[in-house]
Amino acid sequence: MSSDISNSGHNPEGGPAKPKAPPQNKPKFWNDPKKRSLLFQVLLLSALGFVFYSIIDNTLTNLEQRGITTGFDFLTEEAGFGIAMSLIDYTEASSYGMTFIVGLMNTILIALMGIFAATILGFLLGVARLSDNWLISKASTIYIETFRNIPLLLQIFFWYYAVLRTLPHPRQSMEFFGTFLNNRGFIVPAPVAEDGFGVVVFGFFAALIGSWLISRWSKKRQELTGQQFPVFWASLGLIVGIPLVLFMLSGMPLGLDHPELKGFNFKGGITVIPELIALWFALSIYTAAFIAETVRAGILAVSHGQTEAATALGMSKAKTLRLIVIPQALRVVIPPLTSQYLNLTKNSSLATAIGYPDLVNVFAGTTLNQTGQAIEVIAMTMAVYLTLSLLTSTFMNWYNSRIQLTER
Amino acid sequence: MKKTLISATALMAAMAGTAMAGTLENVQERGAIQCGVTSGVPGFSVPDDKGNWKGLDVDLCRAVAAAVFGDATKVKFIPLNAKERFTALVSGEIDVLSRVTTWTQTRDTQLGINFAGVNYYDGQGFLVKNELGLKSVKELDGATVCVQSGTTTELNMADYFRAQGISYTPVVFDTNDQAAQAFDSGRCDSFTTDLSQAAGLRTRMQDPSSVGALPEVISKEPLGPVVRQGDDTWFNIVKWSHNAMLNAEELGITSANVDKMKAESTNPNVKRLVGLDGPKGKGMDLPDDWAYQIVKQVGNYGEAYERNVGKGSPLGLERGLNALWNQGGLQYAPPMR
Repeated sequence: MSSDISNSGHNPEGGPAKPKAPPQNKPKFWNDPKKRSLLFQVLLLSALGFVFYSIIDNTLTNLEQRGITTGFDFLTEEAGFGIAMSLIDYTEASSYGMTFIVGLMNTILIALMGIFAATILGFLLGVARLSDNWLISKASTIYIETFRNIPLLLQIFFWYYAVLRTLPHPRQSMEFFGTFLNNRGFIVPAPVAEDGFGVVVFGFFAALIGSWLISRWSKKRQELTGQQFPVFWASLGLIVGIPLVLFMLSGMPLGLDHPELKGFNFKGGITVIPELIALWFALSIYTAAFIAETVRAGILAVSHGQTEAATALGMSKAKTLRLIVIPQALRVVIPPLTSQYLNLTKNSSLATAIGYPDLVNVFAGTTLNQTGQAIEVIAMTMAVYLTLSLLTSTFMNWYNSRIQLTER
Repeated sequence: MKKTLISATALMAAMAGTAMAGTLENVQERGAIQCGVTSGVPGFSVPDDKGNWKGLDVDLCRAVAAAVFGDATKVKFIPLNAKERFTALVSGEIDVLSRVTTWTQTRDTQLGINFAGVNYYDGQGFLVKNELGLKSVKELDGATVCVQSGTTTELNMADYFRAQGISYTPVVFDTNDQAAQAFDSGRCDSFTTDLSQAAGLRTRMQDPSSVGALPEVISKEPLGPVVRQGDDTWFNIVKWSHNAMLNAEELGITSANVDKMKAESTNPNVKRLVGLDGPKGKGMDLPDDWAYQIVKQVGNYGEAYERNVGKGSPLGLERGLNALWNQGGLQYAPPMR
């Protein structure tokens, strides 16, 4: 075959080309696997395109036939309803577009809070389950098996109805150190920055940069000389110390807005609404059980020989865990951990069951109803969860590739 | 791929299937009306201990069934929350939405639906605990208010408080039941909804006598049955089923005396209503005695009112705005001729 091809270009006899070779050289395109697969892919794509086109066209035609208005114009109209909790300025006069932002930020808030708490709790529980201490490991096992096997919605209801609803009324609030706990939420004094607080913020960022430089320098020094430097303690000292010193020097420029019982509720301070607390507890505790199992799997995946080798080198137990076991375990832990983060974010939409104003409750709930633009609103909501999930997994994939074993 | 194609085709078929068909034919073929109701608002639509649906909104669907099939039991009730209701109607999941739904311009003109009348004139009010000693909604400054999401109630409250310069925190729940419970357990200082529903939900609270309504009624809430836009025959059937109940009350025809009236009455209005004379079921593709069946099996509007929300019920509401026009109310049906 190959000789045929190389010969086809020139005729060694110099005469006119004989018409016998070509049929073999140019197979029919359906006999060429490359072209054939290309053809099938094009066919598949166009069929898929047609399906989507028909669905969209069908929907639009039907909507028009039924006299249902479509489009995104509604986003600029005045919303006219209140929202219980907003991280940005929101009033009834804001637009429907703003309700989207408010809901989105509330969703991101609960997702971040949940991921933070679930990760810490999950790691502790995962390590605890492997502990040699019988009590600790059994307690962790019981926790995991209990919370993993109860539906999340029930857990949310438990925290909301059974725990937080039974708290006293605002007038009989429980008080600790200027904070109040009642069935309207947890009310804490709000910090108010006064003149000169900017210096403290500046100091904090300076300390961050400083500790990054220190860690670079110490790494270099260790590579060159083998001497170690207590980077962690030095950085901690910098990050806590510098802002603290500046804070004292500039005369403590931070006021507190103390909550006060006026009329029906507390005025001033920051109120953490019970819906947020219930959702946060339920999401963190539920997801932590799964993360704990992931962590346990990761640690068990590191062969015992590694620990023995570390012991043979004279490393302490803590150092073995920190420098040998955990870095290797992370390779196994990160991919399933990403799934748990994604689950938590998506599960946060159960907020609507207890009235926490997240994206689904505010935007795909009230806004959808008041405007009637179901398709647009649901499409936007789905796009948000898709984007959040893709961002999370992109970040986690980046982190995963960073901590992979570098093979030399 | 095959699977994708099949499911996509199914999806398209499903979307095409619910297109503008004759609702009446569909209903007759199915042998039952699918009626969207609340998941439980006493007096309007609530299942009793045997699972039978009861209420003013329920009776309206039964009346339509009596008119179409001559059998008021041929109704399938589908409980919906406020958010689901219009989608369920427009997508063809239900034939009539009879679910304490307020008639507004946006809903009537932009959602592809039609309101077929008003079976209850309502207004929005506020429930509070008596122990607070409140006299007016204007004293609610700073209060937390429980409310159901996706309702006109939510907007009315925001409008009213804004106009009065009162600050408040809304806590929004999926169903009115949840909102009422939250108020009952102290999560909110007040609970706002249409007064008729408030009266019903109040009966379910731990101590109904400790809860009272503030005097202000802050909105107009004409509640009525809703049908899909674009099917005029079905629209007419629902509209006239309601009108027949009103006319029957006006003429003094009840479920108890309808047979006697049919046999004996010489009043031409009565004769037209029971189907002996006049337009009968023509133009709506209904049997001649459609209105007779409604009165016989469901009763007139007054009967339905009294047994569901009026004196004969735990709610004990006055007729008020819902009295007939000739008795000082707003209920006025066009004549049947």
